[in-house]
Amino acid sequence: MSEVRIAVYVCHCGTNIADKVDVAGVREFARRLPGVEVARDYQYMCADPGQELLRSDIRERGINRVVVASCSPRMHEATFRQVLESAGLNGYLFEMANIREHCSWVTEESELATHKARALVAAAVKRVRFHAPLEERYVEVNQKALVVGGGIAGIEAALKIARAGKKVWLVERGPSIGGKMAGLDKTFPTLDCSACILTPKMVEAAQHPKITLLSYSEVEGVDGYVGNFQVTVRRKARYVREEDCTGCGTCYQKCPKKVPSEFDGGLSHRKAIYVPFPQAVPNVPVIDRSNCIRFQTGRCGACEKFCPRDAVDFEQEDEFLTLEVGAVIVATGYETFQPQEAPQWGWGRYENVLTARQLERLVNASGPTGGKVLLRRDGEFTDEVPKSVAVLHCIGSRDENYYPYCSRLCCMASLKLAHLIREKTGAQVYSFYIDIRSAGKGYEEFYTRVQAEGIQFIRGKGAEVLERDGQLYVHAEDTLLGAYREVPVDMVVLSTAVTPAPGAERVAQIFGIQRGQDGFFLESHPKLEPLKTATEGIYIVGCCQGPKDIPDSVAQGAGGAAEVLSLLTAGRVQISPVVAEIDAEACSGCKVCVPLCPYSAIKYDEERGACGVNEALCKGCGTCVASCPSGALSCRHFTDEQIYAQIEEVSSL
Amino acid sequence: MTMRRYWYYPGCSGHASARDYQRSVALISPALGLDLVEVEDWNCCGTTAMTSVEPRLSVVLSARNLALAEEAGGRADLVVTCNSCYAILRRAQEQYARRREVRAEVDEALAGIGRRYSGTVRVRHLLEVLVRDVGLDALRERVRRPLSGLRLAPYYGCLLGRPRNDFEDPEEPLSMDRLLEATGATVVRFDRKSKCCGGALITTHEEAALELVREVLSEAAAREARAVVTACPMCQFNLDAYQAKVNAAFGTRLRLPVLYFSQVLGLSLGFGASELGLGQRFVPVGGVGKL
Amino acid sequence: MRAVQSQVPGRGPLPVVGEADLDGKFVVTVMELSGEDGLLGCIQCGTCTGSCQLSSWMDYTPRRIVDMVRKGLAREVLASRAIWYCASCYYCTVRCPRGIKLTEVLYALKSLALARGYAEPGAPAPAFYRTFFEVVGRYGRLYEPGLMIGVALRSGFGRLFRLAPLGLGMLRRGKMALLPERVRAVDEVRALMERVSRGLVRR
Repeated sequence: MSEVRIAVYVCHCGTNIADKVDVAGVREFARRLPGVEVARDYQYMCADPGQELLRSDIRERGINRVVVASCSPRMHEATFRQVLESAGLNGYLFEMANIREHCSWVTEESELATHKARALVAAAVKRVRFHAPLEERYVEVNQKALVVGGGIAGIEAALKIARAGKKVWLVERGPSIGGKMAGLDKTFPTLDCSACILTPKMVEAAQHPKITLLSYSEVEGVDGYVGNFQVTVRRKARYVREEDCTGCGTCYQKCPKKVPSEFDGGLSHRKAIYVPFPQAVPNVPVIDRSNCIRFQTGRCGACEKFCPRDAVDFEQEDEFLTLEVGAVIVATGYETFQPQEAPQWGWGRYENVLTARQLERLVNASGPTGGKVLLRRDGEFTDEVPKSVAVLHCIGSRDENYYPYCSRLCCMASLKLAHLIREKTGAQVYSFYIDIRSAGKGYEEFYTRVQAEGIQFIRGKGAEVLERDGQLYVHAEDTLLGAYREVPVDMVVLSTAVTPAPGAERVAQIFGIQRGQDGFFLESHPKLEPLKTATEGIYIVGCCQGPKDIPDSVAQGAGGAAEVLSLLTAGRVQISPVVAEIDAEACSGCKVCVPLCPYSAIKYDEERGACGVNEALCKGCGTCVASCPSGALSCRHFTDEQIYAQIEEVSSL
Repeated sequence: MTMRRYWYYPGCSGHASARDYQRSVALISPALGLDLVEVEDWNCCGTTAMTSVEPRLSVVLSARNLALAEEAGGRADLVVTCNSCYAILRRAQEQYARRREVRAEVDEALAGIGRRYSGTVRVRHLLEVLVRDVGLDALRERVRRPLSGLRLAPYYGCLLGRPRNDFEDPEEPLSMDRLLEATGATVVRFDRKSKCCGGALITTHEEAALELVREVLSEAAAREARAVVTACPMCQFNLDAYQAKVNAAFGTRLRLPVLYFSQVLGLSLGFGASELGLGQRFVPVGGVGKL
Repeated sequence: MRAVQSQVPGRGPLPVVGEADLDGKFVVTVMELSGEDGLLGCIQCGTCTGSCQLSSWMDYTPRRIVDMVRKGLAREVLASRAIWYCASCYYCTVRCPRGIKLTEVLYALKSLALARGYAEPGAPAPAFYRTFFEVVGRYGRLYEPGLMIGVALRSGFGRLFRLAPLGLGMLRRGKMALLPERVRAVDEVRALMERVSRGLVRR
């Protein structure tokens, strides 16, 4: 090994580091460390002039090892590796010391922070001496993609990828695509009809030659790695053969069993064999086995008898498909807070207390009342129109007892509903709000319009809904008046929180996606990588990542498609050389490591009597290394020598 | 029948305004396999009045009671029959566990009188013991006289489920509903079952408190309940003793006997109205006691 | 239903708050005494007021009390009627979307009002609380006749006459003991009370 010549750069990160850490002091300290040729400090090492410092030192001063003390390697390790490469030095002859997230941001006293920064720098300098050049390798990228979730974000993503000429599988858990948007009537702030703008996209997605729609299907497992995923999909038995069904509807007309409609929030009935809504795509019914008389008692079978195409098939079973794809977009959407958990708002107790989603169905022409806002009595709709309606914002949102975050879309959705109720009934509408959050193009203008329509805005959260002598009252403080009010109304609409979709935990597990404290999927960087996840090649779009309105979901769907297309178009993908390797001579063939590997990357080779690592699957986690009883396993770039050098140094200061 | 042993804290009202409550508890407990042993020389828990004089007063006062139960040993739970005592004793435990400065003060104060509290004793309401330890099935089996057709409004008040505990829901408590159903009675829907009856204000802000009493009783009457059932001496006294005043103030004609759940349970187990103390109330129980 | 009274200050010039009238340390005192350190996170949504069955009797709504405490309107808060109307029902506490234990804050405010002399001695609630304190100090337990007479001594004998029928009713139904029960080790109770209430006057 030629002589080690190390350069150390201490970054100020503006004031992020320099305010706490004495950067000049750390630089001087580093200058005196063994092997260090150059030590500098600079305002922004990641910026162009900072990078240039590295390049010129490498070229002009014969530097062959580099340490940058700055932010987390998650932030800029790749940046600096490229700088080394551009100066002709292998990118792995580099070590980063995190003196921002691990130091200046979390240490109160300047002196302690500086001390810690010195220790981290010294450890990095000691470690980098043992770094070896590593070569990056590439694998081919499969040119097909998978989109999971057929709401507006997933549809948009699938269409964009398909239009670019790539094959897409669109997997949807429910019987139809369309997602939550299919249940809406009008959309804010322009009040265009939700179905009118969504249905054409649903049809296009179903008919596009490059898209294969797998409705009533769920992903069961994922193997492989970026560019080469194998995805197992369960096609749930529909009990109707998709290829034979024409969608004539005879079956559900004849079906004698009524079930509360999920799509209408329980406000109407569907049959045991059903399509969730008239514009469903595909327009093929499914049988809800748990409610089907034939399945439960063996009698009936009316749908089968009357089907003119013999498409009903009670013998159908779940099928499993394995899809080979290069990239995956997860667009599994959201759910809304179920207010039966919170009896104070009267939902489930008083029948004229509805959720916003239920009201969407009432104002919808294809809904249970044909678009009329009507009161209910004894479980049935009357023909009576409410004279006063309260819309309660923030039900379950911004509330530590339920969901602490702001659900972001409900202010605007509530304003829209207030407008629609007023328009359809002429009722006095009260809007109980904490803050009106109308950040968005044309949103504040819409708020102004609704105000002018005479909606009564009461700044105070609806605390409780209570009935007295057959009359509903909303109890709240009118905080701007400083007065307690009990407002009598005929109907209450609860704008409930946007929550993670049921099953989000399982989806996260299957795809290796992390979840935030709020339960939504976690992007790999909150600003600069909003669609990527911790697993390369897996992207998240729409409300599975957090509450979003339609324009934002559509934009993310398109953005996710761009991510996939740039991966697919590149055609090959870099594989990190930081993987485990086995010294076949030393391996005893005990196979302890094989079941421990979380990525199934280790196989036992009978002929050689030793284990071997599939480098494309290995993520370099080190589990196998720690488990190997004969010391045959090691991890590149995390060798014992490197790690011990670092630990010894950091603990000696 | 194996007997389960508990320490029992009757609270001040258990020895005064709620003696009928205590009598009924003493009667039904052995019949249900509960051995309730009164804590020796207990003192007032401090209740909300003392907490308002100084928020830590009720913590130290309660801590002495908790220390007495611990000293008595046997690792038994401390059973309480008053919702206010229940909430205050639990508040004391919560503050002791959560606030370091409060713990230091309590430890020091107790040391000053030669006592020590280690935070181990569990405070439980008798209702919880009946529903969870004895169990609804066992209760149902022991019912001798099912109270079929008797419409009852279960009134829980504020402090059984609030602020928060591992027993009852703060908004929609259900334990008493289940217990009363087990006696064969019909439990009416009761939206105001956990509203405040104003008990803490009745002596200081009577006008306001009477309104609260009326709210609770009016709904019970509108739901055609024959009686209101409580789990707290404060609630019972307030709803019972002030009913006449409510009628005078608001022109209502309320006449709802207010019973303890232990008395209702006692009736179903076959005990007599007078031994359960049903006579000791302002609004007479009338037909309810003759079932 | 009683017509809901509004607390809108309808008459007189608008109140002007001078910066010198604000006690910046008040919120810290209240947070320390109550153990509720989340006051600064209040979003003024009024859930507390809307959940409070007594709000309509108050001069300031609970939400407003919180903001007044934060802004240091110590005198106005401690002299308010509102704080004595708290029935400790804990609805505000369990429903507060920011998890603020407002009931604890109200205990602290009442305690401060008593300690700093804002509560008029004859006012019913302070008289009740003071007497309760004395009765428990004497017997270690509550003695209802003692409480009734004590309250009457503080707030005028008119009250005693109004309470008399109730007291007699209780006696007749065996709901009141004529003679007090005394804790045997009442000295212990007194020692505990003295220890904790010592700091009271100084706050």
